Amino acid sequence: MPRLAIERWAKSSDCAPELPTVLTVEGTHGPVLYSVTKAAAGLGARTGARLTDARALAPDLVAIPADPQGDEALLQRLARWAQRWSPLVEIDGADSLRLEVTGVAHLFGGEEALSAQVRGRFEALELTARVAIAPTAAAAWALARCAPGICGRDELESRLSPLPVSALRLEPGTVRTLERLGLKTIGALSRLPRLSLARRFRGAEDVVDALDRALGKTAEPLTAARDDPPPRAGLRLGEPATHVEAASQALERLIPALVRELERRRLGARNLSLHGFRVDGSLAVASVAIAIPSRDPEHLARLLAGAMETAALDPGFGFDAFVLAADWAESLDAAQENLVEEPSGERDLARLVDRLSVKLGPKAVRRPQPRESHVPERSFEWVAATSSLQAKRGNPDLASVLAASRPPRLLDRPEAIAVVYATPQGVPRRFVWRRVVHDIALVEGPERIAPEWWRERSTARLRDYYRVEDEAGRRYWIFREGLAGDGRGGAPDWFMHGLFG
Amino acid sequence: MVILAGGAVPTARPAKSLPRAQSGRWRLPAPLCPTLSELFAASPRDCGWAGFLLAQVDRSKPLLWVQDRMAILESGRIHPSGLGGIDLIHVEARDARSALWAMEEGVRCAALCAVVGELSGDPTALDFTSTRRLAMTSERSGVPCWLVRLGGNANLSGARMRWRVASAPSLLNPLDRRAPGPAVWDSQLFRARGFPPGRWSLAHDGAGAFHLVAAPGDRALGEVERLRA
Repeated sequence: MPRLAIERWAKSSDCAPELPTVLTVEGTHGPVLYSVTKAAAGLGARTGARLTDARALAPDLVAIPADPQGDEALLQRLARWAQRWSPLVEIDGADSLRLEVTGVAHLFGGEEALSAQVRGRFEALELTARVAIAPTAAAAWALARCAPGICGRDELESRLSPLPVSALRLEPGTVRTLERLGLKTIGALSRLPRLSLARRFRGAEDVVDALDRALGKTAEPLTAARDDPPPRAGLRLGEPATHVEAASQALERLIPALVRELERRRLGARNLSLHGFRVDGSLAVASVAIAIPSRDPEHLARLLAGAMETAALDPGFGFDAFVLAADWAESLDAAQENLVEEPSGERDLARLVDRLSVKLGPKAVRRPQPRESHVPERSFEWVAATSSLQAKRGNPDLASVLAASRPPRLLDRPEAIAVVYATPQGVPRRFVWRRVVHDIALVEGPERIAPEWWRERSTARLRDYYRVEDEAGRRYWIFREGLAGDGRGGAPDWFMHGLFG
Repeated sequence: MVILAGGAVPTARPAKSLPRAQSGRWRLPAPLCPTLSELFAASPRDCGWAGFLLAQVDRSKPLLWVQDRMAILESGRIHPSGLGGIDLIHVEARDARSALWAMEEGVRCAALCAVVGELSGDPTALDFTSTRRLAMTSERSGVPCWLVRLGGNANLSGARMRWRVASAPSLLNPLDRRAPGPAVWDSQLFRARGFPPGRWSLAHDGAGAFHLVAAPGDRALGEVERLRA
């Protein structure tokens, strides 16, 4: 896709296409052209030139900053979309995709039909694509850039020989040297004795190696397929499905297939996602996380249905394929929980957590994890229940000691109370909290909790906690922040922090 | 099959007969099987009900605690340290509807020791049907369910036991008479299936039994031991 960046920009902007527009990136000596429109190219603008030079040729160029990250994201989306043709897709450089189509082409009616389909699909996306199919990856790269087409194994050498040496994907310096030596085409290069070539060009500029890779004399593996691809199940639709229930109907068919795959490989899914491939090349995804590995079809189906209930997959112009993949799977052997005793219920609990997390969001369903801190609000960390089913247990002795002195409820943020009247020792006798006066009958304290100096700012003040009971018998946990004259602020304030049961 | 000592032939008793006091000791009215109980807090700033409830929870299995957002703002988030090492799953629900949904899902799961749900005010989602569903599900699965109402009215409900719990002045602390002692709850059972309504001042002895407490007199002159066993 030689014009990916500019075409992406043209699709998203409302500028007239005939305007000579260039996208620029910041180079060492000012802006450099990143991608140019056809109109700008007609005026002499070339990718890689400096903007000032291009402006000297054509003063009315419109320069717009480029967005390489956005282009990369688009390329990644396209790479996933291109998995419709082949399971092995690789992003090659900033503007090309490499597909391993060995043994795939017959599914699309031969290599010509496949190439035509790829070209048609990209045209529908308003992207220019040059498609080449060749026995070696380097040859495909060269052909796609210089002479798009399909090339068989026996005609490889004859097709490559008229191409310029730059098609070998050499360093620009090497290409310049070769051209100065009069070796302008690959054919001219391959006719030279290998030994002298190898002696002249060494190390990074290994011309012989590039030549061998292009001609298939050295194997050039693609970045190998993950040897353990995630279990997945696919469904291809004859006609694009535009109705809303399409996704859930597809799910019904995909779940049994995926469960069979999981069973065969003895895996349990921890993360499931349903990808819907739309006609226009975009992708809709619904995914769920699962607390313990599972391959129970009912459970998986219910979770994904719940996820789609909250965020339905929008069919847009219609889905033409679905893929259900277990992106994260853990080994799960057939297991019997217990023979004699009643089941421990861990699995039931995990399912409950899954259902709650899918519907209410993982942040709403949490478990406390004890932390080493005496500051009450930091003594526990709330972590998502899906990620921590085997919760760390705190020290049981400490828990029973703390249970007596800690309230069962804590306000998220301590609320300031106004002390109306205090004893000479400084303990309040009457305070106002949320506009109601409380008279204190009984007091126990203080329990002093010092700030964590290694974590907090130097102005953090200590807290003196008191358990108090008002005349009606309600019991509260209040604290005074700081001491008078501790040099960390003015007079200490009082706060309400917890309610005792 | 029931085998009684002395060779008495067990008579088929109806399952829902009134439990008789086996001895002269008083017992807290408890439902015959795990079911839905409703607990009204005297005020959102009075958290006495939490102690009353936690004393009745079996701690062997995890506890699901559902709070709606308003309840967290009004009377604070549950604090694990104060619960005495119970395995807790906390759900922060957006509104009463999702809180009730989470409670019903929890009640279906037999791996929990209890489900506690706190709702603030009188939400429209909380009607007779939803409470009745909770009660039926709870009875079927055997997981007790506690519906806690903060600042709500006691309107129509399918709960089998309905309590109104307020804090009462605590017992004398044996170590320090100026400090709060063991908690006392003024609890009123105003509707129950199989029990006459009543109102008691209760204290928990920490060993699994509730005890009646005499009405507080002059606290300064109160005896050290007011707990009646």
